[in-house]
Amino acid sequence: MSDEVARDANVEANSDAAVSRVRADEWRATAERLRADGFDFLQNLTAVDWIKEERIELVYHLWSYARRQERVVKIDLPRGEPTVASVADVWRAANWYEREQYDLLGVRFAGHPDLRRILMPEDWPGHPMRKDYVEAPSYNGMPTTRANTLELLPIWDKPTWDKK
Amino acid sequence: MGELILANEATGEEMTLNMGPQHPSTHGVIRFIIKTDGEIMREAVPDVGYLHRAIEHIAEKCTYEGFMPYTDRVDYVCAMPANHAWALAVEKLAGLEVPERAEYLRVITDELNRISSHCIALGAMAMDVGAITPFTYILREREYVNELLEMICGARLTYNYHRIGGVGWDMPAGWRDKVLAWCDHFAPVMDEFDRLITNNALFVQRLAKLAVIAADEAIDYGLVGPNLRAAGVDFDVRRDVPYSIYPKLKFEVPVGRGLVGTVGDAWDRYWVRAQEWRQSVSMVRQCLAQIDATAPEFWKAPKKLKPVGDAMARVEAARGDMSCYVVGDGGTNAYRARFRTGSFNAMGIIRDKSRGLMVADLVALIASLDVVAPEIDR
Repeated sequence: MSDEVARDANVEANSDAAVSRVRADEWRATAERLRADGFDFLQNLTAVDWIKEERIELVYHLWSYARRQERVVKIDLPRGEPTVASVADVWRAANWYEREQYDLLGVRFAGHPDLRRILMPEDWPGHPMRKDYVEAPSYNGMPTTRANTLELLPIWDKPTWDKK
Repeated sequence: MGELILANEATGEEMTLNMGPQHPSTHGVIRFIIKTDGEIMREAVPDVGYLHRAIEHIAEKCTYEGFMPYTDRVDYVCAMPANHAWALAVEKLAGLEVPERAEYLRVITDELNRISSHCIALGAMAMDVGAITPFTYILREREYVNELLEMICGARLTYNYHRIGGVGWDMPAGWRDKVLAWCDHFAPVMDEFDRLITNNALFVQRLAKLAVIAADEAIDYGLVGPNLRAAGVDFDVRRDVPYSIYPKLKFEVPVGRGLVGTVGDAWDRYWVRAQEWRQSVSMVRQCLAQIDATAPEFWKAPKKLKPVGDAMARVEAARGDMSCYVVGDGGTNAYRARFRTGSFNAMGIIRDKSRGLMVADLVALIASLDVVAPEIDR
């Protein structure tokens, strides 16, 4: 496993788990090895959109019930075409996690049995947790923004903090 | 009846039914698409997202302190541990210390909230399988807990009580005696509930050996909390990944034993929660006995909160391991926040577990997993 030194020492300072960075093409083999090594619980999967660095970081939190030990695996993906192998058959919990990260951040998990949106409607445009996401003014004819109720009431002065 | 069902199965007539999203026994706005053959389900496919409020996205839009009220909405049945998870994650990220008194107050409120959440879970579970009366009995107890929590933080459901670096208020005068009086009152109620429901022959028949989840399966699907312990896995975040002042408290971790059926059946999931009541009451008592020895300070508010890095905090909520992963980039807002919740994983297992169950048992399965809709969707 490529236990590279993290690029930002600060990032790892707060974490008490062993953190390793893995290349995207090594992830599948690494996942199988970790699973065989006793990390039987995929506790969490987070995708972080680092827009300035043009990358999407996947953070897998693993836990071993037998050893009471935590392990964090981070994978960097290119922001334009973020694709990584699915591990839905290694940990079945990954099935829904991967669907959620696909839905909200547009990460594609190759080999996932059922990669559909999970939280947003199926025909929703874009991936809302991307940092450059702009919500369309309407969705299927329904406006996505509402007028500020305070401004509709003429008897109320606008709050002073708006005047700057 | 059995022959009828078998006859139906032989015809192979499959019917697709819609259940929800506004169905009263789906515990919130959840939808299932059920494929049945007579009364027997081929499968129930959950369709979630109706309560998605983009809470993780809101976390990126407001300050670390300002996000606290939103964490209540992650799981409104058991909001206090969500407060705790957020506070713990940010404190870990920023390297903050919390006054000891605040830790005690956090644990007291967490445990009181766990009791009230389990009241809903067990009462609703009994109601879902046809026992209406216990629900009203146990909801009365939940009212008392809500009143206690209202006295300490002014809210009955969405508390916004924990703060980054402490808690919002100290306990009011006389509160301790009220909590202790309620603990004394609740002890016989738990026994009464056992007589009413836990060992009720009909209830046991209905739930024993139903929707058995084995230990390896539960781990694979990422089940946590009471659902995991019912499957026979002896794990509790409070004991095994200790946080706050839990190491100072004496408590047992109830694990499913299959007393009336198989380990990991729906009744075990019920039983584990009923045992956790007793543990929580005992923890509240211990905390109230120890809190006097602490200094009066209850909130060390950070002057500047612009942390860099990432941190993961695990908290045992009523629905198990509620983890908060937060990434900071040096700004006043979180760069990314993620809540990992128990109900999300519990929903993921329903499709597999529903195969071959009766349609009415789906309701019992959902109830026994104690799924709460906002926690799935966030």
